[in-house]
Amino acid sequence: MIPAAFDYLRPGVLEEAVGLLAKHGADARVLAGGHSLLPAMKLGLAQPKVLVDLGRIAELRAIREADGWIAIGAMATHDDIESSDLLKRACPLLPEVAGRIGDWQVRNRGTIGGSLAHADPAADWPAPILALEAELEAVGPGGRRTIAAKNFFVDLFQTALRPGEILRSVRVPVTAKSVAYQKFAQKASGFAICGVAAVIEPNAARVAITGVGFRAYRASAVESRLRGKLSAAAIASAAEQAARGVEPLADLHASAEYRAHLARVLTRRALERALSRN
Amino acid sequence: MKIPVKIRVNGTLREHEVEPRLLLVQFLRDVCGLTGTHLGCETSICGACTVLLDGKAVKCCTVLAAQADGSEVTTVEGLARNDDLHPVQEGFWECHGLQCGYCTPGMMMAGVQILERHPKPSREEIRHGLEGNLCRCTGYSHIIDAIEYAARKAGRKGAR
Amino acid sequence: MPAPAKPKPKGYVGRPMKRVEDPRLIRGAATYVDDLNLPGLLHAAFLRSPHAHARVKAIRTQAAQAFPGVVAVLTGADLNDRLGPIPCAAPMPDQNSPRHTVLAGDRAYFVGHPVAVVVARDRTVAHDALDLIEVDYQPLPAVIDPEKALRKDSPLTHPELGSNVAYRWSLAGGDVEGEFARADRVIGVRLLNQRLTAMAIEPRGCVASWHAGEGSLTLWSSTQVPHLVRTLLPDLVHVPENKVRIVAPEVGGGFGSKLNLYAEEVLVSHLAIRLNAPVKWIETRSENAAVTVHGRDQIGDYQVAVTKDGTVLALKAHVVADLGSYLQLLTPAIPTLTGLMICGCYKIKAVRMDVTAVHTNKMATDAYRGAGRPEAAYAIERLMDLVAVELGLDPLAVRRKNFPKPGEFPFQTATGLLYDSGNYQAALKKALAMAGWEELLERREGARRQGSLFGIGVSTYVEICALGPSKIMSAGGWEWGCVRIEISGKVTVITGATPHGQGQETSFAQIAADRLGVPIEDVVVYRGDTNVAPYGRDTYGSRATALGGTAIVMSIDKIIAKAKILAAALLQAKPRQIGFDAGKFFVQGKRKTALDWKRLAGEAYIAKNLPPGLEPGLEASSFFEPPNCTFPFGTHIVAVEIDRDTGQVRIAKYVAVDDCGNQVNPLLVEGQVQGGIAHSIGQALFEQTVYDENGQLLTGEFMDYAMPRAGDIPDYLLGSTVTPSPSNPLGVKGIGEAGTIGATPAIANAVIDALSPLGVKHLDLPLTPENVWRAITNPGATPPVASKGVPKPDRAAPPATGTRGAPRKGGKR
Repeated sequence: MIPAAFDYLRPGVLEEAVGLLAKHGADARVLAGGHSLLPAMKLGLAQPKVLVDLGRIAELRAIREADGWIAIGAMATHDDIESSDLLKRACPLLPEVAGRIGDWQVRNRGTIGGSLAHADPAADWPAPILALEAELEAVGPGGRRTIAAKNFFVDLFQTALRPGEILRSVRVPVTAKSVAYQKFAQKASGFAICGVAAVIEPNAARVAITGVGFRAYRASAVESRLRGKLSAAAIASAAEQAARGVEPLADLHASAEYRAHLARVLTRRALERALSRN
Repeated sequence: MKIPVKIRVNGTLREHEVEPRLLLVQFLRDVCGLTGTHLGCETSICGACTVLLDGKAVKCCTVLAAQADGSEVTTVEGLARNDDLHPVQEGFWECHGLQCGYCTPGMMMAGVQILERHPKPSREEIRHGLEGNLCRCTGYSHIIDAIEYAARKAGRKGAR
Repeated sequence: MPAPAKPKPKGYVGRPMKRVEDPRLIRGAATYVDDLNLPGLLHAAFLRSPHAHARVKAIRTQAAQAFPGVVAVLTGADLNDRLGPIPCAAPMPDQNSPRHTVLAGDRAYFVGHPVAVVVARDRTVAHDALDLIEVDYQPLPAVIDPEKALRKDSPLTHPELGSNVAYRWSLAGGDVEGEFARADRVIGVRLLNQRLTAMAIEPRGCVASWHAGEGSLTLWSSTQVPHLVRTLLPDLVHVPENKVRIVAPEVGGGFGSKLNLYAEEVLVSHLAIRLNAPVKWIETRSENAAVTVHGRDQIGDYQVAVTKDGTVLALKAHVVADLGSYLQLLTPAIPTLTGLMICGCYKIKAVRMDVTAVHTNKMATDAYRGAGRPEAAYAIERLMDLVAVELGLDPLAVRRKNFPKPGEFPFQTATGLLYDSGNYQAALKKALAMAGWEELLERREGARRQGSLFGIGVSTYVEICALGPSKIMSAGGWEWGCVRIEISGKVTVITGATPHGQGQETSFAQIAADRLGVPIEDVVVYRGDTNVAPYGRDTYGSRATALGGTAIVMSIDKIIAKAKILAAALLQAKPRQIGFDAGKFFVQGKRKTALDWKRLAGEAYIAKNLPPGLEPGLEASSFFEPPNCTFPFGTHIVAVEIDRDTGQVRIAKYVAVDDCGNQVNPLLVEGQVQGGIAHSIGQALFEQTVYDENGQLLTGEFMDYAMPRAGDIPDYLLGSTVTPSPSNPLGVKGIGEAGTIGATPAIANAVIDALSPLGVKHLDLPLTPENVWRAITNPGATPPVASKGVPKPDRAAPPATGTRGAPRKGGKR
């Protein structure tokens, strides 16, 4: 339970961090809140030789609104997001999700960027990020680029970030209040066995599900059945499609069958709750 | 590699050179000799190592000492003012909120944070605020009582 | 021994008092093992087998030896002939178990089996050096499933033993076959009691220090049983017993898991001697999950023979107990406690319990809060509900029908125990009143009408505590205590019943202050150091107050008797004329000239005015040898709601009435009950220690072993009845494990009651959302309950009253 030795670097600005990653290559890992990386290092599952700590890069922690979008710095903690008045008003799905992550202490340290870049299949953030059709801004040796949420989650613990790239911010659109997150947590760790984010728009719904598959996904079969016909009855039948085409994970905490079932139940509940907030 | 860190712990500035992999919990226990903060699970689940880092409750088994450089840390040893117990400490004593006492420092630091955000917490809010802390002895009921007691006590103090 | 009177309302005993041990704990100023630091301290770390079963072909330690800061690297080849083996204190006749060496030898036989130890100047260095040790393992077939272990074609955990059966044990009383033949019905069920892990928040750890000049060893250990360690350790490390000192400083929870002598304690002691330097070892959480004893893990086929009116005539059981790969201190004894208590609080005339204990390639099982009794209570309380369901009777009526009456105590069970005192009816009655039973039934009916899954569960339990007398124990059922009136008049109490969070520094001070008539502030209780409390049998089995408290009372009574002689001399009267009340000695009728403890202590130690033949000093010690065990009991009532979609169980109401005899400190009693129930909520709803089919531990971290959190705990309604125990003069019974014994079956019964409208009769623990959801989705696949009429010799056909397989919706509670 003691991490292997490493060098610790703490850049003050983002460009410097990018430079350090370029210099150290595959030996280096980015340290955000550390709440996934440090336990993995203690358990010997990760043994980076260099940690580049983003903790002192002030610009990465801001949450700002502009032009109908809200940009959330990658180093904003879950608690920053949960308690952000701006987000509560302009994108209430994110504070709702933030409040269901881990526990209070974890929310005080863990960051949205760290979680997204880690791409744990049981993390909460991928669900709202997909459902909100967020944009993720990466910075690397080649400059900045924007990655659409639907392209970001590639595989188990694998994102579209290229080697040397750092997630700078997450941009989400201003939404109405008709959103909801439903989660069934793994009892011991608090991670999602299933988490469903729903965003209801006039005559359409977007649904994204985490914890069930090897990566979070948009429940397109559910969405297509609701397009143009949002109603309680339609939701109940559409939700049955929540795990369609997905090969659910199975582990000690939930079988594939149960995960798929939870996807259906929580999809219905998330949609019903979101609709009730219309 | 050694890194110089300056961390103000319970009001006292501590300056040391540390290995990057030194955890904040080890810094507090082994370097500062403040053994009131305990290590329970080492994977940020049990909350026994909860301290306040710049006023926010964190599990310091999952924070590097280097990350805390320049910060203020409050540990259980910093709760009481001389002989005056913090209301949360009083609550734990009055309500039998501890048995073996091992989870207690972390539990109390979580309690301090609950009262900061909810000066008059409901029992449900207390339960929610304690999500990150495991106790194997008490079954939690007396801990919830203790934090309610502390809220009443702090409320009375604040009113004066 | 006559039943003692209830305590007087005045005084400290019986009052809910806050604890004297708390100030140091809430200030972060207490000293746990890992808080100790000694000059020149070295740190040990263990390399452990990643395989459940493997031949250890070679271990190469040179690179680790050469690593800067490493002081020593040792393997089984270096140590196993010089140290140990680790003893089991409760061997069974014809025990077939391996020699428990301190490190693995040529075979590792469970995941976590220590293979080598590194000692270094720094804990980090010790752990880094572990990575430099190379071990060639040849994996061998592992035995994981205890029932498959019994098959002829099973691989063997220990080929040299020739069998995976560790022992077979039977307990029988009464005419079992006769009662089964007489019965109207036989109802049977197979019950699993899943493997659990205590998961004390403080892992184990120890520090050993060798004084080469004195040839003396001190071991500080996070243990419940410093005295048992002192009894066992000296021979293993070749130091005379009277040069070994064991200290249990502040101990961060045990729950049975620290009721043991572990290989690490022996090794660390040896290393301190060998290296002539203090050595510390602190368990990691991964180690704690893998190599600190596990609990429970029984599979039982249970049958009860009943008459139509619900009278239980006899019980038969065959239990397979998974002991793991070797024996810890009390491993074999745990299933026998299940056998002894299998009748629960019922008059069952005949019993037969057969235990087949098997070795598997897993960590050893041993005591875990309740230790054998939760298994018994779970089995008998599930059976009582099944009897009610199968016969269409009210589960309360079935229980009442089989209770012994209050006048029948002491009550002899078919398993050979003598229940000391009891009034099961009163506890049940009180719990029903507190629960608002009729309203609860209405609530259930209402919920069911709306299609909700709402269930009510009851358990009426009895357990066994404060085990004794010594003739039934492997190493003494007594307890020791000492009381000294210091020359200043202050009172020093020393107990051998080492607490680890239970609060005996407070409750024993209450007992002593009352009996001596002194302010409680004048009393200090010492514990946990064998140089201070030379004898003791420590704290487990809810024994400390009943036995340790009594040893203090006995010591005080000796001091009072002596003080009366001294007071008589000083007051120029005869000892029989001396009265004692509220801390004062006086000639009867002349209270004005009374002498207090301070005056008497001064005289006793200055010793100028002692009557002839009276020794100086005011100190006495005592061994209390109990005539019998105690048998706490109670009723727990639980209401649950189940989310039909997810299977999630929510506890809607929790009522517990526990009778632990007289209560010294009701606040501490409440704390024990609440803590015990939390462990039960864990076992009933989500806790389980899981190995995969290869013997890999899947619940090796807190991230994977689910324990109750504050949000899982309902607001309890707690009450008590008081039926003093005649087994000790305090009339106390013990409360440390009651919650863990009474609650699990009540919760399980409630969940199964909630599912009963679907036709579910039984479901195995833990009742996780997924398990419950599966039962909801497919009730036909839930475990079967066998229920059949018994063919009577004088009848041509079995009685036609069977309701085989027919669920009774709602019952008629």
